[in-house]
Amino acid sequence: MNTNADLSLKEYVARIEEACGGERDFIIHFKFEKKDEAIGKILKKTKVEKTIAGIIFDLTYKGLSIRLYNTGKAIIKRAVDKDQAQSVLAELLL
Amino acid sequence: MFDPYKVREDFPILRRRINNHPLVYFDNAATTQKPRQVIEAMREFYEKHNANVHRAIHTLSQEATELYEEAHEEVAKFIGVQSVEEVVFVRGTTEAINLVAYSWGLRNLRRGDEVLLTLMEHHSNIVPWEILSKIKGFRVKYVDVNEDGTLNQESLKECFSPKVKLVCITHVSNVTGVINDVKAVVELAHENGALVLVDGAQSVPHMPVDVKDLDCDFMAFSGHKMLGPTGIGVLYGKREILEKMEPFHGGGEMIRDVSFDPKTRRCKISWNDLPWKFEAGTPNICGAVGLAAAIRYLKALGMENVKNHERELTDYALKRLEECSKVTVHGPKSAKVKCGIITFNVKGLDSHDVALLLDSYGIMIRSGLHCAQPLHQKFGIPSSARASFYIYNTREEIDYFVEILKKIEGSL
Repeated sequence: MNTNADLSLKEYVARIEEACGGERDFIIHFKFEKKDEAIGKILKKTKVEKTIAGIIFDLTYKGLSIRLYNTGKAIIKRAVDKDQAQSVLAELLL
Repeated sequence: MFDPYKVREDFPILRRRINNHPLVYFDNAATTQKPRQVIEAMREFYEKHNANVHRAIHTLSQEATELYEEAHEEVAKFIGVQSVEEVVFVRGTTEAINLVAYSWGLRNLRRGDEVLLTLMEHHSNIVPWEILSKIKGFRVKYVDVNEDGTLNQESLKECFSPKVKLVCITHVSNVTGVINDVKAVVELAHENGALVLVDGAQSVPHMPVDVKDLDCDFMAFSGHKMLGPTGIGVLYGKREILEKMEPFHGGGEMIRDVSFDPKTRRCKISWNDLPWKFEAGTPNICGAVGLAAAIRYLKALGMENVKNHERELTDYALKRLEECSKVTVHGPKSAKVKCGIITFNVKGLDSHDVALLLDSYGIMIRSGLHCAQPLHQKFGIPSSARASFYIYNTREEIDYFVEILKKIEGSL
């Protein structure tokens, strides 16, 4: 990952955890004070497939499915591994 | 008279607000909250009695040793055991099961043997046996479950043969809350010459459990799921079986003698008595003190009262959830055959969505597979949401939970 990507992750992301489930999903916790900015950046670069209750955004980006929550969390679904989840996230946050 | 509102006063964390809402803690199958009696017992230990246990002559060590050994006694009485030799302190249920796998299984299981599990086991009662089977070459067989999550009795009987040496079964499913008739399983296993290990992680905290009455050979459970701290758990084992087993971990505490023979230039080692043979190294002394305090708290409430309260809550929640048109509950719909665990999905949402939405209203539930992937495969679902109740939960909290679920449904 390049330096800018690293910086963007550090700036916006508090924690990345693998979710418990049948697939390799990764839960992203955005830093509270940066969450709105992060959500804005992600919404600009992804395709919104569906919005649920104005709280959950069902997104796609480069073949990956992303669930974005206005509470400041996101789930990158069916990623190959954590590295892929991180690099996709870094691209979206740049 | 059991009064959950009075019980709540003992739990400082329940006064918290999460996301501007009063905390509703429905993740008790994962871990429970701690009453001030447990917190204070642990603080008092560190403030007044902290020292390492056993073999020291000074006062503090004697006090710490007494508290640690009293904790063994407290646990023993709680599960119907006369002798503390049958109560081994471990880190938790997972370590207790691994202890049996490596101390008993490694030496007693071989190619041609079979170990019987069920499809409703937690991963901690699957993975150690699958790992060991690759080393020793025995076969792991799985008893099927019915569509409603109850154990399939025909499959259980079909799986038995003289090859079965060990049955590992959960007392209560951590996904559906189904209570297995462990006593009947033990009887069947013993008739077939097999031992039985019971995973009591979801039963011991929630109902009266008497291991002697069940006649199981081993039972494993965790302190943190029954108001105690994390990092302390229990393996119960029948004395005659534990005596024949080799230690799990080697180190201090678990030995009687380590003598160096200058001729062979090797050490000759003899083991300590039970239960210390299985408690290598400095144990979690404060954890044991906390667990004992938790047990005293539960005993004062009465385990029958604990069971009845959870059953009433579960019955009430199951009825109220029928009002939610998009909610599917997995497992039995009758509270009579289960503990206080309700696992469900909401149509149109994945389980993490449900958990996150409820979290924004202060309601803590779990989402995912709950470390029980085979059961989710059996149900044909990728994951589920789970609400689990305990002594401090109330009907009003369930009302609030259902109202929020309805609100979520309405917004879809």
